[in-house]
Amino acid sequence: MTGVKAAAQAAMQAVMKKAVALAPDSWIPGGEPDPLIRHKHGLIGAAISRIDGPLKVAGQARFSAEFPMERMTYAALHYSTIAKGRITAIDAASARAAPGVVLVMTHENAPRLNPTPPFMSKPKAAGGDSVPVMQDDRIHWNGQPVALVLAETQEQADHAQSLIRVSYAPEAGVTSMASARAQGPEQGYFRGEPLKLEQGDAEDLLAAAPHRVDAAYSTPRHNHNSIELHAATVAWSGDELYIHDATQAVDHVAWSIAEAFGIEERQVRVTSPYVGGGFGSKILWQHQILAAAASKLAGRPVRIMVSREGVFRIVGGRTVTEQRVAIGAQSDGGFDAIIHTGTVAMTPHNNLPEPFILPARSAYAAKSFKLDVKTVKLNMVANTFMRAPGESVGTFGLESAIDELAFDLGMDPIALRIRNEPDKDPTTGLPFSARHIVEAWGAGAERFGWDKRNAQPRAQRDGDWLIGLGCATATYPYYRMPGGAARIVLRKDGHATVSISAHEMGMGTSTVQTQIAAERLGLTMEQVTFEYGDNTLPGVVLAGGSQQTAAIGGAVIAAHRKLVGELLKLAGNDSPLAGLKPDEVGGFDGGLCSLQDPSRSESYASILARARQDEVMAEADGSPPLEGQHWSMHSHGAMFCEVRVNAVTGEVRVSRFLGSFDCGRIINAKTAASQFRGGIVMGLGLALMEETQFDERTGRIMNPSLAEYHVPVHLDVPMIEVMWTDEPDPHTPMGARGVGEIGITGVGAAVANAVFNATGKRVRDLPITLDKLL
Amino acid sequence: MRFNINGQPMEADVDTRTSLLDLLREHLELFGTKKGCNQGACGACTVLVDGQRINSCLALAVQYQDREIITIEGLGAPGSLHPLQAAFVEHDGFQCGYCTPGQICSAVGMADELARGVPSYVTADIAAEAIDVTDEELRERMSGNLCRCGAYNGIIDAIRETLAQAASADVKREAA
Amino acid sequence: MHPFRYEPAADTPAALALGAAAGAKYLGGGTNLVDLMRETIERPDILVDVSRLAGDITLDDHYGLIIGAGVKNTAAATDRLVRERFPLLSQAILAGASGQIRNVASVGGNVMQRTRCLYFFDDAARCNKREPGAGCDAVEGFNRNHAILGASPACVATHPSDMCVALAALGATVRVDGPHGERDIPIVDFHQLPGETPQIETVLRPGELIAAILLPANGVAARSSYRKVRDRSSYAFALVSVAAGLELEGDTIVDVRLALGGVAHKPWRAFIAETALKGGPATPAAFRQAAAAELASARPLRDNAFKIDLATRLIADTLEKLTQTAEPAQ
Repeated sequence: MTGVKAAAQAAMQAVMKKAVALAPDSWIPGGEPDPLIRHKHGLIGAAISRIDGPLKVAGQARFSAEFPMERMTYAALHYSTIAKGRITAIDAASARAAPGVVLVMTHENAPRLNPTPPFMSKPKAAGGDSVPVMQDDRIHWNGQPVALVLAETQEQADHAQSLIRVSYAPEAGVTSMASARAQGPEQGYFRGEPLKLEQGDAEDLLAAAPHRVDAAYSTPRHNHNSIELHAATVAWSGDELYIHDATQAVDHVAWSIAEAFGIEERQVRVTSPYVGGGFGSKILWQHQILAAAASKLAGRPVRIMVSREGVFRIVGGRTVTEQRVAIGAQSDGGFDAIIHTGTVAMTPHNNLPEPFILPARSAYAAKSFKLDVKTVKLNMVANTFMRAPGESVGTFGLESAIDELAFDLGMDPIALRIRNEPDKDPTTGLPFSARHIVEAWGAGAERFGWDKRNAQPRAQRDGDWLIGLGCATATYPYYRMPGGAARIVLRKDGHATVSISAHEMGMGTSTVQTQIAAERLGLTMEQVTFEYGDNTLPGVVLAGGSQQTAAIGGAVIAAHRKLVGELLKLAGNDSPLAGLKPDEVGGFDGGLCSLQDPSRSESYASILARARQDEVMAEADGSPPLEGQHWSMHSHGAMFCEVRVNAVTGEVRVSRFLGSFDCGRIINAKTAASQFRGGIVMGLGLALMEETQFDERTGRIMNPSLAEYHVPVHLDVPMIEVMWTDEPDPHTPMGARGVGEIGITGVGAAVANAVFNATGKRVRDLPITLDKLL
Repeated sequence: MRFNINGQPMEADVDTRTSLLDLLREHLELFGTKKGCNQGACGACTVLVDGQRINSCLALAVQYQDREIITIEGLGAPGSLHPLQAAFVEHDGFQCGYCTPGQICSAVGMADELARGVPSYVTADIAAEAIDVTDEELRERMSGNLCRCGAYNGIIDAIRETLAQAASADVKREAA
Repeated sequence: MHPFRYEPAADTPAALALGAAAGAKYLGGGTNLVDLMRETIERPDILVDVSRLAGDITLDDHYGLIIGAGVKNTAAATDRLVRERFPLLSQAILAGASGQIRNVASVGGNVMQRTRCLYFFDDAARCNKREPGAGCDAVEGFNRNHAILGASPACVATHPSDMCVALAALGATVRVDGPHGERDIPIVDFHQLPGETPQIETVLRPGELIAAILLPANGVAARSSYRKVRDRSSYAFALVSVAAGLELEGDTIVDVRLALGGVAHKPWRAFIAETALKGGPATPAAFRQAAAAELASARPLRDNAFKIDLATRLIADTLEKLTQTAEPAQ
């Protein structure tokens, strides 16, 4: 997006925001609490095992590369070895002649395609970047696909790919932060707004403050590394395209691929019933488009399963951040100034400046703020969303700095945080929809035994192991994106099917939404089928921003309201429900009943039988998601960590971890706990070992492998305790806020703070590897 | 080439380059065994060969023609789950489910190694006859199976419980 | 993967006959070779499957213990004789890879495994191992895992094996069969330093096949240990590892065995430190001095200077802990 266009959009958004902020509560979705919030002892909150669990543990859940087709071909990609320049020649003769080869596709014979709409540029844009896919001889990053081979078997395709020789005319690319910075940093924009906020004179207040911390923090590139590789099985039938994809955005992928091929969205069917982890990575990258293009040329179905190296080459990860955090405080701990600024790397072709200042906008009260994200552009694979983009690395800087300040003040770091607890959003002035972080701190501290911590570093030791405790705030916003829509079909046998084009990547969506629908309809879980993972279903629901539960919830509320209206019409005047309005009835025990007088009820079977209908159907759009501009809506967590640091070798072992969360109502105690723990485990990786090694000489990622890019293994992970306030947010569907991303936030700082407590060494650049502690 | 998979004789016309993993997935449509790295770094492709856990991605199919191969499909199916599969569901030992078949096959192989007294790097007395099955032992032995969803706690809970149940069943059987 | 012919070998003579052909390579468990073939770093035309040969562990009057090259890593680490007489070797084997890989990887294959250098694995990078004379991109690149001892401007890669570090400390011998008969090579001479020819990693001649590892009896078994330090707690290659064994009489060091992993192109037997210690007192100061002497010739690269300090500490600390273990039963 150009600066001018972005600025104009930002101005328009600011006007709208003001209007929504000032509107009466009752005009806003969530102004009237979801009636499900009142349900205390039903399915909501129960620890229910995943309904797709038996299929998954038996290996029978079908992932995208697991759909056999007649005349299947297998794809292999050949990647560029320079970061910028032109292809001068491609020698593919031996590849074409190799056994089993069906097609070699390069920019010379690929079908003409429109540029991919990059993510966040249009409502359904899904592209990781806007670089034309194999359309010309230009190279934009080291690792860009330059050829695709189709063959009868994967072995043949892989071998033929290795025979391709590409000649390049390299140009001087920008592959180091230093050279990128020399080109001049630009303002970062996120969701149409500048990542810049100044309130009061933070630098002056900082300089004048009796206590201050002012330090530089850095975080490296990360890759999602979901264990399922990016894969798709693709087939054309005439001019209609079917893609079994591994994606967290079926509608976005369908629309964007249609744009690329210049066909109608309805000509593209994308299904994705099971996704083997996404964490932000499973949107539209070149492989799906290349597979579809090759399938078109070859006239045969294509399976593409990108190699692990290939995923590093063509699927972006989290970008590098260089942060400054400065906090000025009075002797009682009150913050005079919060400064959080810095630079992130991105490309000219994508829209995500890692927004690491987001936590600082709402976490603490302060007299002044200076927040700013600048971007520099590199020749690299486009960086993208990775679990809690912004918050995961932003909380590392902010929450480390608070710990440093607390030590300087001689104050308990929890007390310092509570001392600066705001009573309304500190930067927007909006009221909080619900905020119970203080309770979460209290409960977590008690459970963890925080009172036993010695604030003095190196005070606790067990043999060679220095023991330290640390804590940090976790925070992630509530989002509900536009586009939610749902359909409910209720049969006379009392079975309901709820359909929405949402996703199950392991978050528990299918289980949780079945629970919610059953509770809302007054049915058992066995009586409800939740359909998802197919772009032909209603709605446009991204599995991102921890917003699926809310987006689906909002859409199902609307469809349910409509369904109840239809049912009351069908029930007519002969029903005990006669005269009641949709708001006055609820689902109960296989039918509807009056909320005021539960004795007034009628079963669905009875209503449909009298109406002589086999089923009743309702489809509706979710309300516009204005609540996020009317209230300040955030989840929080209090993260506690105990580390053991080997005094001889510097090895760090996390021996205990506890997350105490305030995320609204928890819908499924079992799957939510797994989401929290999963986020924390990824946070331990971020804290201690994860780093995508980008060679600044060549722009090449040098550790594109799970052997060399370290993610936590079993032995790295202790038992992780999680707990929650379970306080419903009165302004969200079900009273819930998302739980998928918050778990990773705050972990980096909690670990770093514990390491400081153990060793007296403050590590400000991630990961905290042992060499930094020797 | 002829193979013995889940107790069934099977035939496939494959390349010498074909891995055991690709044989299962692409030629025999046994998709339960997963490909996560194809380089022996994630464990998603773990199967049992003559009762021992191995990474099928690093195994050339041609080398495994007369061996007894058990995949996740051979352990149990919905409705008749292996105790460990059931425990994974109960303890939420997975989220996306992609690494899960490998974790389960690995755990079955690991249980056999424990029973045979195979030591690990964290075994305090390397020469001990019997292994003291601590959580640390389980974690070290399962460290060849990555789970990016971070379901490690649930996986260890499921394994610990299943091992304990099997041990108590053994005790009862001996008592009887 | 380059196409190849697969030839299972029924016995050693058959293997040697098949292995004599141009483009032939021996296949053990395949856990390293198949990976390298998939990366197109190895491109054999013929794979001679030797995985069913030499699968026994036997006691030998002269050598102590003979471990067949075809013995699986798990089997070697679990073997009662190995666990009782060479616990250091069990530990080192168990420190490597994962349960799944150890079940398949052979002892011979473990000796033959190739470096994990990032630039060796990436065919877009310059690497003198893959393409002699091409240059080395690791020297000024990511070299956290690279050598501090014995490296050359041509190559700074490290040998990734844990097992071989223990074998070096234990003074093991590699027995090889070949077209011209059998020969025994001390493990410390088996792997080469890179010099000008980093593509030559061992002294193995064309067509030769590792038959067995010979382990002489030693007096350090009761006071020995393998310690591996890495970037995560398990399933990662060593940054630095130490195989150490001590034989004491009172406070005097009768025998000491010391080898390092993760620091050189080969398992690094710490002869300088051993010489400094032998016959002297087993004191922390002596251990620190000996370690420092061993590391005196270390040359750090951009990312791995910490290894000098780490290796020094690890040697001293491991030896010191060995002095604290209970007096071995006589």
